[in-house]
Amino acid sequence: MDAVLKAEGLTKEFKGFVAVNKVDLTVERGSIHALIGPNGAGKTTCFNLLTKFLQPTRGTITYDGRDITRMAPADIARLGMVRSFQISAVFPDLSVLQNVRVALQRKRGDSYDFWRSERGLTQFDDEARAHIDAVGLSEFTDTRAGELSYGRKRALEIATTLALDPAMLLLDEPMAGMGQEDVERTSALIKRIAANRTILMVEHNLKVVADLSDKITVLARGEILAEGDYDTVSKSPDVIDAYIGAGHD
Amino acid sequence: MSVSDIQPETNERRPATAGMPKLHMAIFAVLFVVLAVLPMLVYPVFAMKVMCFALFAAAFNLLLGFGGLLSFGHAAYFGGASYVAAHASKVWGLSPELSIIAGTLAAGILGLAIGALAIRRQGIYFAMVTLAFAQMVYFFALQADFTGGEDGIQSVPRGSLFGIFPVDSNEALYYLVLAVTFGGILFLYRIVHSPFGQVLKAIRENEPRAISLGYRVNRYKLMVFVLSASFAGLAGATKSQVFQLASLTDVHWSMSGEVVLMTLLGGVGTVFGPLLGATIVVTMQNYLASMGAWVTVIQGVIFVLGVLLFREGIVGVISKWLKRPL
Repeated sequence: MDAVLKAEGLTKEFKGFVAVNKVDLTVERGSIHALIGPNGAGKTTCFNLLTKFLQPTRGTITYDGRDITRMAPADIARLGMVRSFQISAVFPDLSVLQNVRVALQRKRGDSYDFWRSERGLTQFDDEARAHIDAVGLSEFTDTRAGELSYGRKRALEIATTLALDPAMLLLDEPMAGMGQEDVERTSALIKRIAANRTILMVEHNLKVVADLSDKITVLARGEILAEGDYDTVSKSPDVIDAYIGAGHD
Repeated sequence: MSVSDIQPETNERRPATAGMPKLHMAIFAVLFVVLAVLPMLVYPVFAMKVMCFALFAAAFNLLLGFGGLLSFGHAAYFGGASYVAAHASKVWGLSPELSIIAGTLAAGILGLAIGALAIRRQGIYFAMVTLAFAQMVYFFALQADFTGGEDGIQSVPRGSLFGIFPVDSNEALYYLVLAVTFGGILFLYRIVHSPFGQVLKAIRENEPRAISLGYRVNRYKLMVFVLSASFAGLAGATKSQVFQLASLTDVHWSMSGEVVLMTLLGGVGTVFGPLLGATIVVTMQNYLASMGAWVTVIQGVIFVLGVLLFREGIVGVISKWLKRPL
């Protein structure tokens, strides 16, 4: 199996505080890789570094054999590596259909056309509706995204992301704030979309992680504590220590 | 129990997204008819002033309402274009339509230069950068030779449209101004309702998400900045032909403030709000002019009341009542 995303010596310092320290991470093509760790372990920072929303202090990141360490975040997305956000990321004042269309129209490449009518965008309607159907939102197609419930906003976010047909997805706590029923539905959805994609996710829900991931990396205080499948990681004394330690803070 | 069961949800149907809604078309049509007969009812120069400011406010609204960028230096484009157009008419002897085009282009180029630097900052810093550059333009207009210093450029000839049709009379010029401003406002409407406008709204609503979808947001911001500056320039250039004058008032920071006031009063992010806001402010200045310095006080009171009573501007509030975008 080959590595699709690779970070070497990834370090991020904020004014003397080292949030992420010399992290080496290899995500294999077609796998579901989870990044876990107690609060403040640097998961989200790490995530933002990989998607270039933060610039690393040191270290290199390669995606698909290409050095992306100095690239802009929008260009990373164009290479097929698309991220989600912890708080649901929709465009609240646009309808559900328009939300998905925004993703579809980017690929067309002429989104700078300010003199054209938006009527031309209806050519994406069928494709957009298919993505909306796939996440079970068809009855809300014309609803303002801001009016959707939390769970449905997350579903819309996934539909929008899938509309880009990314080769790699980075999910930042996809289950955060979800009820049990939504967690199961989303788990199934992630499993389905992982069929021909690579997924790296940050997640707190250990049951989900155990269930979904092929490989788990445990971070604590900005460093890698353990790596491997769920059984290996869950038996590691360091990990047990870190989690119990954090629990007693 | 899932989260989705707890939160109430409305599934209100919105009008189809394609094409101009009938309501907007009707309002534009009524507006056009009213404007076509207006010179018979009011002093044409006053009506032309209102139209120029309506276009100016609409151009500003494109940037603030749809680009989410608060510029505090739009006088630079409005006034800059008015100087260039006045100079083109008076010194180069260009016909009015060419002078207006020259002014508009100059404002666009100025917008490109200032915008490229300003969009690197956000929020209040963005506003401060635009203000700083606008002040530079003001002092340039005050000091440079061709701008006439304190006097401005006066007695600009109106000339003939395309060199053929004289527009010396207010009546003739009125229809040129109507065509330019109305056309400008319709074009701004089109920009908002274009594929580009759609991306713009997405960036305004959630910039990190737009980036994560692969949009290079700074290019969109720069583009909307240049478009807004150009249309502000179109308004200023046209105004210089109406009043046959380019003056320091047009580039003064208070002009930048006035267009913010017009837009907020009418309703930022609405189609018709800036037009109404501009009409109210210009009418007030015109009919209360005899009260001297009190105009500013009254204007301030109206603005405060407007912000307190209609948080979303007059048209914004009406739009909420009707549950339709206006």
